[in-house]
Amino acid sequence: MRVVLIGNLAQLTGGVAEFRLSATSVKQLFQQLAELHPELERHLAEGVAVAIDGQIYQDALLEPIAPDSEVFILPQIAGG
Amino acid sequence: MAENGTNGPSGTNGGYVGTRTIRPDGLDKVTGRARFGADYNLPGQLIGRVLRSPHPHARIVRIDTSKAEALPGVKAVITRDDFADQSSEFIPAGEMLMNYKDVVRNVMAREKALYEGHAVAAVAATSAAIARRALKLIDVTYEVLPHVIDVVEAMRPDAPLLHDDLFTAGVEPKPEKPSNIAKRIEIVLGDIEAGFKKADVIVEREFKTAAVHQGYIEPHAALASVSEDGSTELWCCTQGHFIVRAHCARLLGLDIAKIRVTASEIGGGFGGKTVVYLEPLAIALSRKAKRPVKMVMSREEVFKSSGPTSGATVKVKMGATKDGKFVAGFAELKYQAGAFQGSPVQPGVMCAYAPYDMENVKVIGYDVVSNRPKVAAYRAPGAPISEYAVESVVDEIAKKLGLDPIELRMMNAAREGTKAAYGPKFGPIGLEETLNSIKKTEHWNTPLRKWQGRGVASGFWFNIGGETCASLTINEDGTVSLMVGTPDIGGLRAALTNIAADELGIPYEKVRPIIGDTGSLGFTFLTGGSRSAFSGSMAIVEAAKQIKAELCARACKLWEAKPDQVEFSNGAVRPLGELAEKIKPMTIADFAKVAGKTGGPIGGYGRINAQGAGPSLGTHLVDLEVDPETGRVTILRYTVAQDAGKALHPAYVEGQFQGGAVQGIGWALNEEYIYGADGKLQNAGFLDYRMPVASDVPMIDAIVVEVANPKHPYGVRGVGETPIVPPLGAIANAMEAATGIRFTELPMSPPKVLKALKERSAGGMGAISRPPL
Repeated sequence: MRVVLIGNLAQLTGGVAEFRLSATSVKQLFQQLAELHPELERHLAEGVAVAIDGQIYQDALLEPIAPDSEVFILPQIAGG
Repeated sequence: MAENGTNGPSGTNGGYVGTRTIRPDGLDKVTGRARFGADYNLPGQLIGRVLRSPHPHARIVRIDTSKAEALPGVKAVITRDDFADQSSEFIPAGEMLMNYKDVVRNVMAREKALYEGHAVAAVAATSAAIARRALKLIDVTYEVLPHVIDVVEAMRPDAPLLHDDLFTAGVEPKPEKPSNIAKRIEIVLGDIEAGFKKADVIVEREFKTAAVHQGYIEPHAALASVSEDGSTELWCCTQGHFIVRAHCARLLGLDIAKIRVTASEIGGGFGGKTVVYLEPLAIALSRKAKRPVKMVMSREEVFKSSGPTSGATVKVKMGATKDGKFVAGFAELKYQAGAFQGSPVQPGVMCAYAPYDMENVKVIGYDVVSNRPKVAAYRAPGAPISEYAVESVVDEIAKKLGLDPIELRMMNAAREGTKAAYGPKFGPIGLEETLNSIKKTEHWNTPLRKWQGRGVASGFWFNIGGETCASLTINEDGTVSLMVGTPDIGGLRAALTNIAADELGIPYEKVRPIIGDTGSLGFTFLTGGSRSAFSGSMAIVEAAKQIKAELCARACKLWEAKPDQVEFSNGAVRPLGELAEKIKPMTIADFAKVAGKTGGPIGGYGRINAQGAGPSLGTHLVDLEVDPETGRVTILRYTVAQDAGKALHPAYVEGQFQGGAVQGIGWALNEEYIYGADGKLQNAGFLDYRMPVASDVPMIDAIVVEVANPKHPYGVRGVGETPIVPPLGAIANAMEAATGIRFTELPMSPPKVLKALKERSAGGMGAISRPPL
């Protein structure tokens, strides 16, 4: 799957904003990203949103990800 | 076994969803019976008052409370010493991360007072008069420091520094010196330079917006009662009592289970009641005094000490081809955070170009602290500011190219499959439909006179779901108690009752909704992010599903039937096939009568983390008239079209549209925090802080567009935030149409309008003006 970091997260990966990974869930995705770039781990745990094929999920570690999905890691979103 | 709804989409009766049922809390609201935060009282309660800093920036050298404590009638005095310091730890708090190290300093100043109105001490006494006298007896020694109010000035290297330990995040290499710039963020899509090279027309402008308050009519209020064993009861007006519980537990070192919070009726929040101010103080005072403590903010305290939203400076540069295709968009946003980091600049960055299908976008944002109260969320936090600037420039591009502003937006509108400027592709969204709806209105085609102008603008907000609990309980007589954990701000109980009645196939009047306290339901995130009707309705559907399954299971046992021989429909479990000839259906009321004999009470409990919130986009159309002698602007006509996915209760969807539009009108035309050179707020009251009242606005026409959200069982999208996004741009565009002047600073209040008109008469406005039409 294609994984893209949006915003400042790429500063923690030496400027790498795009990855090819093979996770089957958000939890696995976070684990794989943290193994590649340990500095990401805290930020992923603190709260980010994950857009899987255009649909935004928040706090959804168990959400499945298909092999050919496009995933964006975004800042968490809320509102007033 | 089938589990069809009855009145609703899977049923046969048409249903309540989409109808304008009478709100269950309506009678109490109009008769004055409804209890808001300040209406709660307990026997023996004390009155709490807060001593606030008179200085915008000062080191607190010493606090002597001895004289206040000795005053008869004073039962407790608290200061920074009553709150344990918190380590620097960021936790998710909506669109920004919140640091408890800052929160504990915001509820009670520690080393420094960082804004006028910052809490420095609090007292609880047997009367308000004694409490006020006690505040005067607290001796605070300040070392007054230089202050900074303006966001651009705060960014200068030589600006007075608020925090010695704040280093700008998001820049490389990491800074060695502290700064008032807490964070730099950036999103990039495509190649911005290549995009501008394709442009036939480029418009670049700088805008400035003022800090504005959420302006809820009900001030913050809290009543706390702490027993000898530490068990704590708290009543307060809040958008999220579970969040209040969490914050108070953390700040006061209490187990969450020790605190029960009940949300009062709420007289407006708009994001401003998603944080804590009085609540931890009331608990700390009650714990010390061993008596209940009631605290209510004055209006002046609300303005000076509770979060407004950011003022900002925004640069926008957009490029388009001669036939109107947007090819590049750049923006730089500088947002005030107030005294502690955490402005809504992140969503401002993400939303700036979200309504449009653009290949090349770059947006940079700065989160900047200054000596103002810490900002709090305000409807679509951050988005109105950045989208105002972009929508103003879009209007200029339309004029330069001689294109209809709606057609230009239509040509560039984001639609299903568009890659959003902030990354992912959109699912089904309704911007085109809102543009089409506006274009078809009689309003759009009505002629205008001199000094009158018409403006249009679009807006976007993400919407969210989140953790939500709701229960449905079948009572002994077959009526239903509905409980949800999100405070009802804009008609939530009516919307959820519509759903519950449809799902269970019973009359609307047989469902009684209440807002459960924190001891009655599992954790439920706050009312905000346009989430409460979206996620609450999903939790209700889940709870109803459990009830229908339970009733069918009991029917199978009673009738000695197999699961495929029964179904739930039209409010009853019905036998199917041959069984139908022998057995009569059992209604919910029938089951209620025999509940005890067939397994016990019947209920359902939806506990979900709702996902799948669909964005909501809208387009606003406004006509206004400028009085060239006074600079006063009158809103003549206003139409909102917005995608609601599915309006569970159209009246309250329209109410959200209208409320957002009116707040946007205030933001655009009159509202602003005005500071003196001494760093003190000069207009902390409704006489001087000019919010629109009913006589200032016409009836706002509302067009509910319904492009179903496929991730919700009824197609619902949140609607509460988007309607405050377009008004700023729409009104600025109408002002240009009326006067020929492109106003780039909000609010466009009479003195500014008059000044601009005079400057234009003197030939001083240059490229941003033309004669009025």
